[in-house]
Amino acid sequence: MTTERPRTRADIVDTARRLYEDLEFTAVREWLAADPDRKAVGCLPVYVPREVVWAAGVLPVGIHGGGDRLEIIRGDAYYQSYICHLPRSVVELGLSGRLDMLSGMLFPSTCDVIRNLSGMWQILRPEVYVRYVDVPQVEHPATGLEFWKGELSTIYRDMCAIAGTEPSDEALWAAIDDYDRVRDVIGRLYALRRDEPWKVPTEELYLVMRAGEVLPPPDFVDLATAYLEACHAEPLRRRDNTRVIVVGSFCEQPPLGLIKTIERAGCYIVGDDFLLGNRMITRPPERGGDPVEALAHALLFHHQPSSVMYEPDPDAKEVTIKKMVDAARADGVIFAAASFCDPALLDRPMLRAGAEAHGIPCIAFKFSENTGQFQQFREQAGTFSDSIKLWGGA
Amino acid sequence: MAPTTKEEVKVQKDRSMILQKEMIAGHFERLEKAPETGEKVVYTFVPGNLTELIRSFGALPLLPEINALQSGMRGKSKGYIAEAERNGHSEDVCTYVKCDIGMLRSGNIGPTGTRLPKPDLLLLSYTGCYTFMKWFELLREEYDCPTVFLHVPYQGDGTLLPEHRAYVVKQLRETIIPALEQVTGRPYDEDLLRENLARSAQAEDDLVAVLHSAKNRPSPIDSYFGGVYYVGPIFSAFRGTPEGVDYYRALRQEVEARVAAKQGPLTPVGRLDDQKYRLVVEGPPNWTSFREFWKMFAEEGAVVVASTYTKVGGTYDFGFRHDPSDPLGTLADYCGGCYTNHNLPGRIEMLERYVKEYEADGFIINSVKSCNSFSAGQLMILREVERRTGIPGGFVESDLVDPRYFSAANIKNRLESYLQMIEARRAGGATSSEALGRLA
Ligand code: SF4
Ligand code: SF4
Repeated sequence: MTTERPRTRADIVDTARRLYEDLEFTAVREWLAADPDRKAVGCLPVYVPREVVWAAGVLPVGIHGGGDRLEIIRGDAYYQSYICHLPRSVVELGLSGRLDMLSGMLFPSTCDVIRNLSGMWQILRPEVYVRYVDVPQVEHPATGLEFWKGELSTIYRDMCAIAGTEPSDEALWAAIDDYDRVRDVIGRLYALRRDEPWKVPTEELYLVMRAGEVLPPPDFVDLATAYLEACHAEPLRRRDNTRVIVVGSFCEQPPLGLIKTIERAGCYIVGDDFLLGNRMITRPPERGGDPVEALAHALLFHHQPSSVMYEPDPDAKEVTIKKMVDAARADGVIFAAASFCDPALLDRPMLRAGAEAHGIPCIAFKFSENTGQFQQFREQAGTFSDSIKLWGGA
Repeated sequence: MAPTTKEEVKVQKDRSMILQKEMIAGHFERLEKAPETGEKVVYTFVPGNLTELIRSFGALPLLPEINALQSGMRGKSKGYIAEAERNGHSEDVCTYVKCDIGMLRSGNIGPTGTRLPKPDLLLLSYTGCYTFMKWFELLREEYDCPTVFLHVPYQGDGTLLPEHRAYVVKQLRETIIPALEQVTGRPYDEDLLRENLARSAQAEDDLVAVLHSAKNRPSPIDSYFGGVYYVGPIFSAFRGTPEGVDYYRALRQEVEARVAAKQGPLTPVGRLDDQKYRLVVEGPPNWTSFREFWKMFAEEGAVVVASTYTKVGGTYDFGFRHDPSDPLGTLADYCGGCYTNHNLPGRIEMLERYVKEYEADGFIINSVKSCNSFSAGQLMILREVERRTGIPGGFVESDLVDPRYFSAANIKNRLESYLQMIEARRAGGATSSEALGRLA
């Protein structure tokens, strides 16, 4: 599957959809095949410092399970029914050979499921590099700085060893530049959706974002920039929809059908935490000095508030949701978490209390990446939207 | 003959159990009076607890998991969980958290019936479980007190790396100790900490002797159901205290006397001298039907000779001891070495060693719905341990403190089938757990 530069909205979305649906990761395989020295490494959700992977010349590939497109044959034998769906579909991808092109896997400290999956991978695939990425959880950002710098340096060194490249500050800065461009274009897309959501349906935006999980950063920036231009050039009809943010889907991803359902039920999604890792850092790492330090500093001092990062400020949970709603100029919140997702579901009562304290209407539901029936969600989201329109959600 | 009788006998207690009960009651009384006596109270979790350090500041530790499990054993958890779920907590998440939140909302009466004091400090030692972080954030919403956080790196590569150890020490020195100084108004006293640590090591020696005693036949202890009592003081408020030392000395003597007399442990159906099955168990127990669960094993003549749950608050049986000559470094090693901070291959190796060194006939996993830290990956642990030891494993499912997930009939059925399979293997029959149709 090649990614020639489609320029119309339909073409771009079509390209992105093909990438999304392709569980064989053909784009990654093609990128690897273009040069026998190239390597790729898988990155589990939520946050992996992709800059240090890319700086080594290794393609970071986002691994998000198989969604509703993968039949689970072996994965279920590895997980009890009360564990979320994501790890079983990742195991399925692995055992079915679909991840064989990867030279390694990075498992961030998102939760204990992903943490334990890192150990499982060490056993399942002893021939590949496996690392648990212990993103620091700290009260004071400065506390974790040295630690995180050490982790970044180790991962960078290991990635260079995989790729057969030499570590260098230039390469790190170049990778940081690339990811700054990624963050920038994502930021512009999200801003446009916030301001004129009829121009950027979330179903499309999501597909474009997913392309960023498998394409080299410059290719993604091209695609996303082309999409941004197409959004301006080919506006869609404006509707009288309710503006909502979707919170809690940062790891196991909702099926595309669920995103479509929310939109079709009369909601513009004007903020979300889908694929949050690609914008976890909120400010470009500061230039000058040591690139590893800059990257470490950016995460610890300037990251998105998220269920997977410790929140040192006791009042922040309540304030966070209000800020998110205000920033998106949303009318309400849809808490949509994967079933059995500890980070999202343990956070929810705190966030919800914060929303309610500010009179922000909200609804909550659980999904699984392979949920196939959306009727119930349609009704819930539709009623929610109507009630906000009629009574401001009261 | 399995136990002396198949009938439930009047609950008998070892001297150490009575001693422990008194210690716990005394501790909770002190906690209740803390607002009047001015003793400071530090809420913290079991894995990676810094009891010696907390105590060196004259403060009292209070451990929410212990309250939750005790609430489970005393039949209170169902109501508490319902209360938390009414308040918007998901049915999907760890029931310890919900039990604790529900207890708090219901007046914060602790397991011994005394009122629990508010914390003067919330000290999160973030060790081996993600949920702790959220639990801590949730608790923080309820109390207006200082909080302090210790990040303990996970043993992703199977060891606590030197730089990770140094990172923990640095946090202890720069964050945790100043917070304790501030809250208690006392300066850090390293000599006092060393004294506490020396007492910890003494108690740990005795605990390990008790755990190792299960290598005898008959085993004088049950290392899971009995084991949770044995680790109680050392996992909670008493590590490094004189009472802790006395308790473990008494316990060791009691167990050594049983070894000499070739006696088994007391169980819910009496003394289990005739032990038909020696088992290793992985995973936490169920607390709401604890005696019933234990009874299922004891009635079949099954004794647990080693368990991983009894390492959740510290792994001592492979040599680690608190070392008074390196007070903060040893606390870092301790935190890093708690069972759920071990990576999956490390946990598998531990189980493999247990099966082999304790000459077990089988191993059983009790997978609890609550706990991703334990449960995610257990089916793989099962396969690997089977492969490495050549012994088929058993798998049962329940929960910690949510009685809705304890199906006695189902568990009993599985346990009986499993033990029958072991019997058949002895007779040269079925050799694989696949015979039970359990795994794909
Ligand atoms: S969906 Fe939630 S519980 Fe599952 S792996 Fe992701 S963060 Fe962990
Ligand atoms: S998830 Fe497991 S380890 Fe963590 S608090 Fe709950 S029971 Fe304890």
